[in-house]
Amino acid sequence: MSFPWAKNYEPQQPLMKWLDEKLPLPRLVYNAVGAGYPVPRNLNYFWNFGVLAGAALAIQIITGIVLAMHYAANAGVAFNSVEHIMRDVNAGWFIRYAHMNGASMFFIVVYLHIFRGLYYGSYKAPREMVWLLGVVIFLLMMATAFMGYVLPWGQMSFWGAQVITGFFSAIPMVGEPIRQWLLGGFAPDNAALNRFFSLHYLLPFVIAGVIILHIWALHIPGSSNPTGIEVKDEQDTVPFHPYYTAKDGFGLGVFLFVFAALTFFTPNLLGHADNYIAANPLSTPAHIVPEWYFWPFYAILRAFTFNFLWIDAKLWGVIAMFAAIALLFFLPWLDSSPVKSSTYRPLNRIFFWILVVDVLILGYCGKSPAEQPYVILSQLGSIYYFAHFLIILPIISRIERPLPMPNSITEAVLAKHADDKSAATA
Amino acid sequence: MASESEHSAVVEDGVRRRDFINIAAVSFAGVGAVAVVLPLVNQMNPSADVLALSSTEIDISAIGTGQAIKTSWRKQPVFVRNLTADEIKAAKAVPLGELRDPQTIDERTKPGKENWLITLGVCTHLGCVPLGAAEGENRGDFGGYFCPCHGSHYDTAARIRKGPAPTNLVVPPYEFTSDTVVTIG
Repeated sequence: MSFPWAKNYEPQQPLMKWLDEKLPLPRLVYNAVGAGYPVPRNLNYFWNFGVLAGAALAIQIITGIVLAMHYAANAGVAFNSVEHIMRDVNAGWFIRYAHMNGASMFFIVVYLHIFRGLYYGSYKAPREMVWLLGVVIFLLMMATAFMGYVLPWGQMSFWGAQVITGFFSAIPMVGEPIRQWLLGGFAPDNAALNRFFSLHYLLPFVIAGVIILHIWALHIPGSSNPTGIEVKDEQDTVPFHPYYTAKDGFGLGVFLFVFAALTFFTPNLLGHADNYIAANPLSTPAHIVPEWYFWPFYAILRAFTFNFLWIDAKLWGVIAMFAAIALLFFLPWLDSSPVKSSTYRPLNRIFFWILVVDVLILGYCGKSPAEQPYVILSQLGSIYYFAHFLIILPIISRIERPLPMPNSITEAVLAKHADDKSAATA
Repeated sequence: MASESEHSAVVEDGVRRRDFINIAAVSFAGVGAVAVVLPLVNQMNPSADVLALSSTEIDISAIGTGQAIKTSWRKQPVFVRNLTADEIKAAKAVPLGELRDPQTIDERTKPGKENWLITLGVCTHLGCVPLGAAEGENRGDFGGYFCPCHGSHYDTAARIRKGPAPTNLVVPPYEFTSDTVVTIG
């Protein structure tokens, strides 16, 4: 499971020796995130975001368990119970704001983690399974975040639930029964709120389970690195502890700094004022918008305004939105270039940044009302998004001529070091 | 020894008693599992109290020509609209071939009461409440209803004309119990 030069766990104290014989949990930790896990020596700060995502999940679970002690999942009192948390519960405002902004922080670091993987080709063999499990985690996160947003039972909660469960009614024939089955009624109400609460409490632990698989799958080939060259011998690696526990610790400090700034100074920056109005089934807010982390996908959903072939616009929108995520499952096989890192892929590097801009444009369109020019922009943006993965990537991975690559991680590091030195003396 | 030879004879035959017991036991466990899953899935469906069709009575005497009200049935909004003669004429003037979900206004209203347009106020796209029932709201490009969420336009017979919604606004089951009272459900 690890490189042959990995340090071996040798407990010194009698108690630890005894424990190692009965339940080798410290050994597991030592080999997973301790000195027993050799990691490439050249990881940059973009490799912090996996650990940060784990930290964000832990924060969400802790604040969430506390919130559940004060929240009441009943359509009659849910909105007021959230206000009760905000006004009456000791430090309730802080815990709720932390949970609210913690979700945004979770998505920020996960998006950076995903784009890191895209830039450095982390999804390629031998790490396809790591990538696939990551996409599963992303899907679970989206489901969890959506259901969590429904719980305060404000206007955006209610109408978000109405719109998102409305996706399923697009399925021919069985769509409406499926929607009623999901909601337990004809419109979002008590039954829906209760089951969403139950699942919102469950799914984070499912995510934690899949994260364990994600890390397990990662530790079989070992971590990737910015050069994309696999580890060849001992001098290419350093032990995870203390080298990367320290580097991740620093990153965690920066993360908490941003998180605290958001929570304490602008707690509602990423929310919507409409969600402080209690749910009203008879009045739709003028402008329904999902949370920011769904904007690009929401833009793809709305891009279809016309029937196409024999499928109506509504179903196309839903298919396109789910396909935009499902596409990621095929990425390891759509990109056939043997070179992982975009550092050595001049063409891929350019198209990677165009994709980033495209997703940002889609995000902006998803936030904006369904009118021109945003409709045409989201149509073009959606076409480009799919073209990137289905056409551009397969083509450039065949025609691109990679830049000359170093023979090993160590060679790359030493060459960079020599460059820096000569630049400094010159 | 006799029993052993007997046993090997059965093996040559290809099917052992144990194979049968194996398949029977696993199949029975499978049937049991399905029997347990069914109620676990079915509990998610609308419960009896939700299903209980509360029929709603609406007094429509106060709705003047050209006006509309918003009420609720099975927790879903319902629009009751008193169409003007011009609006009925406009709806009749549209050739059916132009419609995404072809229906005449006669099919969407009761005979002799074609000025009363009663529909669910639930956009058939993703379920928002369209605008246009209340005074001064945007009625869209076709003078009926307009859904602000994703820009679906409905005409004066609440038929989809433009935008992503696939079908017309749904006409719920209802009947006139008198000239001024409608029972929905």
